[in-house]
Amino acid sequence: MKVVSQSIDKLDAMALVTGKPVYTNDIAPQNCLIVKVLRSPHAYAKILSIKTDTALKVPGIACILTYKDVPNKRFTMAGQSYPEPSPYDRLILDQYVRYVGDPVAIVAGDSEKAVQKALKLIKAEYEVFKPILDPEEAIDNNTVIHTEEDYHVNFDIGNDVKRNICCSGGFESGNVDEAFEKCDVIVDEVYHTKANNQAMMETFITYTHMDYNGRLNIVSSTQIPFHVRRIAARALDIPKAKVRVIKPRIGGGFGAKQTVVSELFPAIVTLKTGKPAKMIFDRYETFAASTSRHEMKIRAKVGSDKDGNIKAIHITTLSNTGAYGEHGPTTVGLSGHKTMPLYNKAGAFKFEFQVVYTNTMSAGAFRGYGATQGAFALESAINELAAKLNMDPTILRQKNLLEEGEVLTAYHGETLRSCTLNSCINKGKELIKWDEKYPYKRISDHKVRAVGTAITMQGSGIAGIDIASVQIRLNDDGYYTLLVGATDMGTGCDTILGQMAAECLECDMDKIVVNGVDTDQSPYDTGSYASSTTYVTGMSVIKACKKLRDQMLTEASKILKVEKDTLEFDGQKIYNEEKSITLDKLAQELVVGDGNYLMASASHSSPYSPPPFMAGFVEIELDTETGQITVIDYFGIVDCGTPINPKLARIQVEGGIAQGIGMALCEDITYTELGKMKNNSFMQYKIPSRRDVGNIKVAFESSYEPTGPFGAKSIGEVVINTPPPAVAHAVYNAAGVNIRSLPITSEKILKGIMAKR
Amino acid sequence: MQIKCYINNRLFNEVIEPDMLLIDFLRHTGFTSVKRGCDTANCGLCTVWVNEKTVLSCSVLAASVNGKHITTLEGVEDEAIAFGKFVADEGAEQCGYCSPGFIMSVLSMKRELNDPTEEEIKHYLSGNLCRCTGYMGQLRAIKKFLQQGKDGA
Ligand code: FES
Ligand code: FES
Repeated sequence: MKVVSQSIDKLDAMALVTGKPVYTNDIAPQNCLIVKVLRSPHAYAKILSIKTDTALKVPGIACILTYKDVPNKRFTMAGQSYPEPSPYDRLILDQYVRYVGDPVAIVAGDSEKAVQKALKLIKAEYEVFKPILDPEEAIDNNTVIHTEEDYHVNFDIGNDVKRNICCSGGFESGNVDEAFEKCDVIVDEVYHTKANNQAMMETFITYTHMDYNGRLNIVSSTQIPFHVRRIAARALDIPKAKVRVIKPRIGGGFGAKQTVVSELFPAIVTLKTGKPAKMIFDRYETFAASTSRHEMKIRAKVGSDKDGNIKAIHITTLSNTGAYGEHGPTTVGLSGHKTMPLYNKAGAFKFEFQVVYTNTMSAGAFRGYGATQGAFALESAINELAAKLNMDPTILRQKNLLEEGEVLTAYHGETLRSCTLNSCINKGKELIKWDEKYPYKRISDHKVRAVGTAITMQGSGIAGIDIASVQIRLNDDGYYTLLVGATDMGTGCDTILGQMAAECLECDMDKIVVNGVDTDQSPYDTGSYASSTTYVTGMSVIKACKKLRDQMLTEASKILKVEKDTLEFDGQKIYNEEKSITLDKLAQELVVGDGNYLMASASHSSPYSPPPFMAGFVEIELDTETGQITVIDYFGIVDCGTPINPKLARIQVEGGIAQGIGMALCEDITYTELGKMKNNSFMQYKIPSRRDVGNIKVAFESSYEPTGPFGAKSIGEVVINTPPPAVAHAVYNAAGVNIRSLPITSEKILKGIMAKR
Repeated sequence: MQIKCYINNRLFNEVIEPDMLLIDFLRHTGFTSVKRGCDTANCGLCTVWVNEKTVLSCSVLAASVNGKHITTLEGVEDEAIAFGKFVADEGAEQCGYCSPGFIMSVLSMKRELNDPTEEEIKHYLSGNLCRCTGYMGQLRAIKKFLQQGKDGA
């Protein structure tokens, strides 16, 4: 292959490194009204009265909106295909506020200062209720979080809102209870993963204006332009045809921008005032008034015979969706369905789950999407099982690993068509020198070096639901325009999709112009999430290019007056043994006289979601006096099928591992007793700096996925999952302490060490 | 109040509010490479130079740069491209939002440190957060960039 599998520079690389104005706030007009939101100081309350008259008198204030001024149509902010699994439990502004930070009023004005002043002058009176902050106390609590009559679910998700249950369900194959009875060794523990913030560097930013056709234009830093269009139309109660959404370059998303967070506030201001409006979330709001990773308590029970043949796995997940149900019903499924299939040979699987409402900030989408939480639980349990069996955990895993050709019972019965996980483990052991270093080495009287490991899987797109379309056009100079609806959020997908088109059309990358997302122009795409872009959108690129190629041959055969099936295309010219026409010439002829401007579009949706895999290996140094832990090396060995652009794939892995290390070691959203988020800035919520991640090293063990473009699967999410269980394992190997609650802090380690002494 | 300063060697004579922050002044004047990533001086995205020294533009008042020389990424474009090529070569600009502040710090480090070790590099740049890349690609790019300087290429 000439272009695919090459480490080509990202198309926007030079614009980004020279600081060109490419992000939403760089291109927003100067005359935008500044929009800000008054937020609830209470975790659960009813607004009794709200006085805005004094605030409205502040010079420069254009409008102040309260719950009385917004459409009464419930919706979900979750960016998912319609009908969304997430409940319709939101209004733009509601009379009830359900977490500290819930919006109470929207203020717009000429300047930031005027708006700030007006915000302080709004007087709201509340009836305050006792909040629920602990997910374990949510079910059947006297406090009911959603009492509204128009609360709505689109289909059966096991919802029981009066009991604060957003969603519940389960799955069983084989007879788990019987299988456990026959097991010689069983691990049965509860693992606790915490809410984390995506912490992309660009906060939520949107500006809106009315265009000359009287349509609402929303320019936003979003992963889901088409879902934003649909959700905004519903929430604002206007026809979809009246909404256009444009996505400029995005300063990171990681799932945070798979939810409609900032868009509706300026949108409603623009609708009410007719003026352009802009909303920039500051970092505090980005932490405390968006969506986080779902906190989960996961009970993992795993049993095996005395030789380490795993016989049964039972996962029970309690997930905290916070005040609203965004992504609640979907994330939870991954905690079981994207963990248990790794040990497909077990034969008996059971998965039960409940997702509950509490008065904390709503959870949402974050890279890994539930699989990350599940991986901490099940991979930790597997490591504990190995310890009980007195067996090397890599050998235990290899003994029980899923294999190509198997039907994955716990993964919706999908057949595994590509998998090199076994070689990933071998490679990782070799790179980290496992056999030499496992389990630990003492390097001084209070310092120990130890290794740890975990494996993981994810999916590639949402099988049978999400859809991607592209259009490709042949322009009059013999170059192509590729229109995509998928959202490049820094991942480089515009480049990768361009590479695929160049490969199909046998040309250089500079012949392909890739155009990002504008819902008026781009073909429909559900958006960039669920690790779908390379795998799903990639396939539509291949289909569309094939169609275009065919059309080119048809037109050439007319011009050359020869049979079409004698013709060949080599990227430069269309020819047979006697005649030929260059692509340039063909393209020129097609745009004059009775020519036929060529464009082809194609959509793709996959009935499968082939899992990518990764094996993670970490070496840490632990100070047994202080509990201080340092990551020395982290090796990630990945099977993403064919890496379309190896260097961009590698950066995905390095970045995902760094985020996973953050989750493992320090990232933790906590609340005060009254429900106020304690960690709403980078001061209190530490994300890894370049001194915290050790040396991250990456290798690929490529498989070939027959249902994917050029054999590719996904890579974006699978890479974040291994650090929490691998680091916990290394801590166990260093100090004999099992940390089952994230993050793995020195306090927890030290406490464990003390308890042992 | 009135201030007079040089931004990227061009003289600006502006009327500003006394409490205006340098970051807002710069963005307002059209230097939009300067990014804001936090409200607590923790991210480094807003890094610019004042009289050739790195400064967090979110943490100083515009009034304080009166009479001084400010440099933003727009003002060192040739160097940004020279270094940026190494970054692009590693694929280490993902969303790119951290790039302007990061590159201003790297270029300043190149001026200040002679042949820095890996530890010194990490230390110098520890205030520049990046959520996308995991830092390794940036480190590879820096090393190659500094190496090239040494080779005199
Ligand atoms: S904006 Fe974060 S340090 Fe200045
Ligand atoms: S590249 Fe996105 S924050 Fe650094």
